[in-house]
Amino acid sequence: MSTLAPHFRTVMVNTLPLEVLEHIFSSITTDKDRNSISLVSKTWNEAERCCRKNVFIGNCYAVSPSILIRRFPDIRSVNIKGKPHFADFDLVPEGWGAYFYPWVVTMATAYPFLEEIRLKRMVVCDESLELISKSFKNFKVLVLQSCEGFTTDGLAAIAANCRNLRELDLGESEVEDLSGHWLSHFPDSCTSLVSLNIACLASEVSFSALERLVARSPHLRTLRLNRAVSIEKLPKLLRHASQLVEFGTGSYSADTQADVSEVFVNVSQAFSGCNKLKGLSGFWEAAPAYFPTIYPVHSKLTSLNLSYATVEIPDLGKLISHCHNLQRLWVLDYVEDSGLEEIANSCKELQELRVFPSDPFAPGPNVSLTEQGLVAVSVGCPKLQSVLYFCRQMTNDALVTIARNRPYMIRFRLCIIEPQTPDYSTLEPLDTGFGAIVQHCKELRRLSLSGLLTDRVFEYIGVHAKKLEMLSLAFAGDSDLGLHYVLSGCESLRKLEIRDCPFGDEALLANAAKLETMRSLWMSNCSVSFEACKLLAQKLPGLNVEVIDERGHPDTRPESCPVEKLYVYRTVSGRRFDTPGFVWIIDEDPSSTPYSNGNRSLASA
Amino acid sequence: MESIVAHQKDLNFKATELRLGLPGSEDQESDQEILSKNNNKRTLPQSAHDEEDCESKSSSDHHVKTPSVAKAQIVGWPPVRSNRKNNIQPKKTESETGMYVKVSMDGAPYLRKIDLKMYKCYPELLKALENMFKLTIGEYSEREGYKGSEFAPAYEDKDGDLMLVGDVPWEMFMSSCKRLRIMKGSEARGLGCGV
Repeated sequence: MSTLAPHFRTVMVNTLPLEVLEHIFSSITTDKDRNSISLVSKTWNEAERCCRKNVFIGNCYAVSPSILIRRFPDIRSVNIKGKPHFADFDLVPEGWGAYFYPWVVTMATAYPFLEEIRLKRMVVCDESLELISKSFKNFKVLVLQSCEGFTTDGLAAIAANCRNLRELDLGESEVEDLSGHWLSHFPDSCTSLVSLNIACLASEVSFSALERLVARSPHLRTLRLNRAVSIEKLPKLLRHASQLVEFGTGSYSADTQADVSEVFVNVSQAFSGCNKLKGLSGFWEAAPAYFPTIYPVHSKLTSLNLSYATVEIPDLGKLISHCHNLQRLWVLDYVEDSGLEEIANSCKELQELRVFPSDPFAPGPNVSLTEQGLVAVSVGCPKLQSVLYFCRQMTNDALVTIARNRPYMIRFRLCIIEPQTPDYSTLEPLDTGFGAIVQHCKELRRLSLSGLLTDRVFEYIGVHAKKLEMLSLAFAGDSDLGLHYVLSGCESLRKLEIRDCPFGDEALLANAAKLETMRSLWMSNCSVSFEACKLLAQKLPGLNVEVIDERGHPDTRPESCPVEKLYVYRTVSGRRFDTPGFVWIIDEDPSSTPYSNGNRSLASA
Repeated sequence: MESIVAHQKDLNFKATELRLGLPGSEDQESDQEILSKNNNKRTLPQSAHDEEDCESKSSSDHHVKTPSVAKAQIVGWPPVRSNRKNNIQPKKTESETGMYVKVSMDGAPYLRKIDLKMYKCYPELLKALENMFKLTIGEYSEREGYKGSEFAPAYEDKDGDLMLVGDVPWEMFMSSCKRLRIMKGSEARGLGCGV
């Protein structure tokens, strides 16, 4: 805007009618751009808010349902995230919050034309699902990623009432399986399904209902089955869905009664009919004997998720190395260094690699997977930009090599399973290695560290990681200086999550203002005192400072005693009132009680 | 040494707590919780070592046998989502569950079930069957089947065919046996005869 001649800019702002502005803005779709144009002027703000159709809420407590509907009158698609990321690892106690119900109640009346709801890490109850199914006549998309709190009864309501449902994706949610018959609630008239993901369901769905549903969904592009569907059933489904682009199998081994060779032939034939298949997942209990059934499609695959397949080398390597067009690969560490070397040689399009641990709690290595595998892939795959790697040993040299080879790395998450493991060849900390990563990979947006790390690595991060948006730390650092480097240096930082690091009051209070520029900060089992939390809340009224402590009243311990967990986030809706007994929210008014545990209205789940 | 003293200090509160229960029957979980709340600099990995010391120390005090953990597990570490933890290692559960097959005996009013995994070889299995049904089965020979009794043990394999127990190696039998049937009288003799 600043490049326009001043008089032209004035003309635009003052004389174009709102409808014209809205029309222009309708072509601007990303949230970032939308947010930018809404800040230009009051007129633009007004035009923008009236015609905004999609809203993304990165933290459900940063804003409230009433504020949302007041600002945006006509939303068609919402995307809301709830609990902090560390909730995935059981660090956020049950009952903390992130209830979807208050949102759906408000939106039910305000947005009758709502079409899409995408939630992540939220608590969704059956009542919410029923309300969705009855309130939004044109409802099309429901994505519940890592959610919980609902049962198959709620799903039955969605199936029964959403006439134009296109997408039902249960992500990796925890669903209470009351009955497999919910799927039968899809009326015969429902033929609009494009995407169905039920992989997270533990028990059997009615297979005949599933088969009929698939058969009458000509637009179905994504189908992810759950583990209960065994391999012999696949040909029946695939026959009706040869247009599938993404397919998730169930259990990839047959009932002991079945004839292995017959199953093999049927499944292979079924796959050869799927000309558009690009992505495969599932593969629970995969039996290597069945892997060749995938051969008809493997050279076209761009995405392969074998992270539940407990298959070992060489079957695993053989399968993957035929997938020359693979862009995304998720696999267990059974792939080993040798498998990764094969992949480095054959999968030149690889962009994303995730290697999960087959036995996270084994006291020592149970497979031959080391830093060498990752180095090989970083050398051989020129497009590699996203890595999640669990291993048991690492060296600085390996990290430096990876950094030098892949300067366009965007996401780098390394988990060395034993906390504080040093470079095994030199016994030094891994500061230099990770330092090289942030120095060379200038586009790095997400980083997770592990291994033995001193404050020095944070100095490197503060200096170099200017585009870093999300940082995850565990068992790292020596002192507050580490935290200070990060908070004062990382300009683009939005999310910082820390566990078991010796970071405390000093760095936090010195960089308090930084927290208002971030979405959230999580610190658990660190050295932050309750006193510091109170100071923080007083200093920055725009933040919610939540102390999560299951040991009871913070006042039963000395003020200097470290809090168990701290979650700080910016908000425009003030403190929340749906907190459970172990969450202590600090009000900013120092004259009132220094904390309050407001159980006033525990929102019904 | 230091670490054990520190651990004991932490536990003093617990030691003086009035509880109902056998002495020394503290569960290990609460030990871990206490240690993980020790919020000094980086004590957690040290306390992981504490755990090992204390487990060996306290296990001798335990009157009640508690399941021992090979290594103290830190909450939420490694950062693997629970659905992944549950899904992996199917091999383990396979070895944990039994392999029960139905056993019918000609003329008996109801069937029984046995766990084939309890036995390592044919003689053990046959002995168990003899005990269960109060009968003698006789000696197996390749030529003549089961001689010396009117009973013959048979099984139904994956293809649904009725086979004489004992012809194939034990492992092969284990993987193909779907149910057992103790045959009696003339039918039994029919199976045993012939090539």
